[in-house]
Amino acid sequence: MEEPNYSYINELSRGDEAFKNKLLDVVKNEFPEEKDIFIKNFESGNLELAAANVHKLKFKISILGLVKSYAVAEKFEENLKENSVEGYEEFGQILQKITDFLETL
Amino acid sequence: MNCIIIDDEATARVITAKLCSNIPNLHIVEEFSNAIEAIKYLNQNEVDLIFSDIHMPDFTGFDFIETLKNPPAVILTTSDSNLALNAFEYDCIVDYLVKPIELPRLEKAIRKVESLKSNTSSQPVLDTTLENHLYINIDRRLIKIDIPSICLVEAKGDYINLKTETEDYRVHSSLKKIEDKLPANLFLKVHRSYIINLKKIIDIEDNSVLIKKDVIPVSRANRPELMNRLNLL
Repeated sequence: MEEPNYSYINELSRGDEAFKNKLLDVVKNEFPEEKDIFIKNFESGNLELAAANVHKLKFKISILGLVKSYAVAEKFEENLKENSVEGYEEFGQILQKITDFLETL
Repeated sequence: MNCIIIDDEATARVITAKLCSNIPNLHIVEEFSNAIEAIKYLNQNEVDLIFSDIHMPDFTGFDFIETLKNPPAVILTTSDSNLALNAFEYDCIVDYLVKPIELPRLEKAIRKVESLKSNTSSQPVLDTTLENHLYINIDRRLIKIDIPSICLVEAKGDYINLKTETEDYRVHSSLKKIEDKLPANLFLKVHRSYIINLKKIIDIEDNSVLIKKDVIPVSRANRPELMNRLNLL
């Protein structure tokens, strides 16, 4: 599985380390909350809300340079909208990768 | 240009603001995590440009735009590429940026806004009506509708049912929006949920009209105008 990386964030920061740190702090704060809300909605069977949560999480996935994972998340979001939970396990692994990565910061 | 950013995700606001800082003469004056706060701000302040997300709790970006009487230029910022065609329904939407936004794409969008502002004509950027036609968005396709062929339009929640002589369409839009696109000499709003083509009326009763096979209610307030518009003996 691909690893989170700084390709987009570095391009955006253009060497501005203060900005880069600020952005990563925001992601670090926002991501766990979004992940928890997703899990809560998924586990309570509210797949429509869970799909909306995946939609939000996709953005975090994209800015961490996870191109393939973004496609997986996109497919999972569509599945949830169609009342299917197919792809949950793979999506969960992506969330865990990001969690582990953010914990190293 | 003075701009505001509306996005419920702090990460997105930080990124949009950073990208904007690379563009001369573009000033972010406020950032909002929800559309309601932005509406309050816009009631007291004018801006040249709004960056707005689409998917937000309570109010979507489209709902937000509909609350604005004289909206400034709007650039939609979203992770959802599927809603681009909906943007064609709003004259104020200048561009549609899919996240994660990259600087060259933002610069292009800003050039479009500047070009619009320097153009003194009042032509909308995304004109959806051409002479006797309008285009509706159905399942990501723009379908050309001959305006005189429209028999009636019915409001149904967030959608309108548009009935022509041969087809019925369900469109994500509002009655107000389509009313603005239809010629007033041919169409009349006879009820808060119905606009009818006067030429398609088959018969009229006290508080209803028959069009195609549909009996359309006529509200008491709209009945005098309907009667005035008819060629009565």
